[in-house]
Amino acid sequence: MSAGALPELASVYWRPRMTAERLRRRERLWTLTTLAHVVPFVAVAIGMLLLSPLAAPVSLAALAHAWLIPELYARRGATVTRSLTPAADGPERVSLGLLGDLVGHDARELHARTGLVPEPGRLGTWLVGEAGALLVAGKRVSCWCVRATDPDDARLPSGDRVAHLLLALRSDEEGFATVANLAFSGARWRVRRRLPKRQRAALDAVA
Amino acid sequence: MSRLIRMDGNGHTTLAEWTADDPASVEAAVAAFREELELGSIAMVTRGPGHADHVRELPLDEQLVIMRRPIAGG
Repeated sequence: MSAGALPELASVYWRPRMTAERLRRRERLWTLTTLAHVVPFVAVAIGMLLLSPLAAPVSLAALAHAWLIPELYARRGATVTRSLTPAADGPERVSLGLLGDLVGHDARELHARTGLVPEPGRLGTWLVGEAGALLVAGKRVSCWCVRATDPDDARLPSGDRVAHLLLALRSDEEGFATVANLAFSGARWRVRRRLPKRQRAALDAVA
Repeated sequence: MSRLIRMDGNGHTTLAEWTADDPASVEAAVAAFREELELGSIAMVTRGPGHADHVRELPLDEQLVIMRRPIAGG
């Protein structure tokens, strides 16, 4: 990837530039947040059962909370790969042609199946969609919400949306991660089960 | 023949084509390039798999220059 800084960084001047180290810190913070949600509810569930077996329904409700809260976060993260309303057939075809010229055969084929384009980077392997990207590093997935701004007179077709993000990512990966909003970071299995079925293949392909 | 294209609602639009030995086409391409920059577009040149560069002047020796819209966190 190129070392040139992304021009869009000027619009988020208050954010420190993302680095591998900063990313690891934010990932750890997400893990701690998840634990902070899960551990108290599990403790309550166990404590209630120890106090009285009659409190089993309360214990079950606490366990449900411990399960559901991280799931809701993961669901929010997985929405970054959603497809947006397509443009007319003509522009869609043209945009997919240009996107196809920017990527190799395997990436083109994966995009046709899943709507996501794989892109190896220094921080991990990216899966770029229309309105965001997943960063896969080991057993962890970080979900980034970022999109191209529409021109004044029209909506961009899907291929162009992906191409916008892909070009920005290729020119400055860390800048891209600085501009994008981190919607979720957590276990790959947790994100995978919240993805649409056809997109799970993309995650499996780069894992 | 080099091309300057803009990703837009049509998929993409060719803004200019030029060859280095045709000064008129170069001049027109540079004018189109600057006009797009003034409208807030960002110029990109791909450098093979996984590489792209942001350029501020029209690189006359490149085959394809792509103008894109800025991106923003959602």
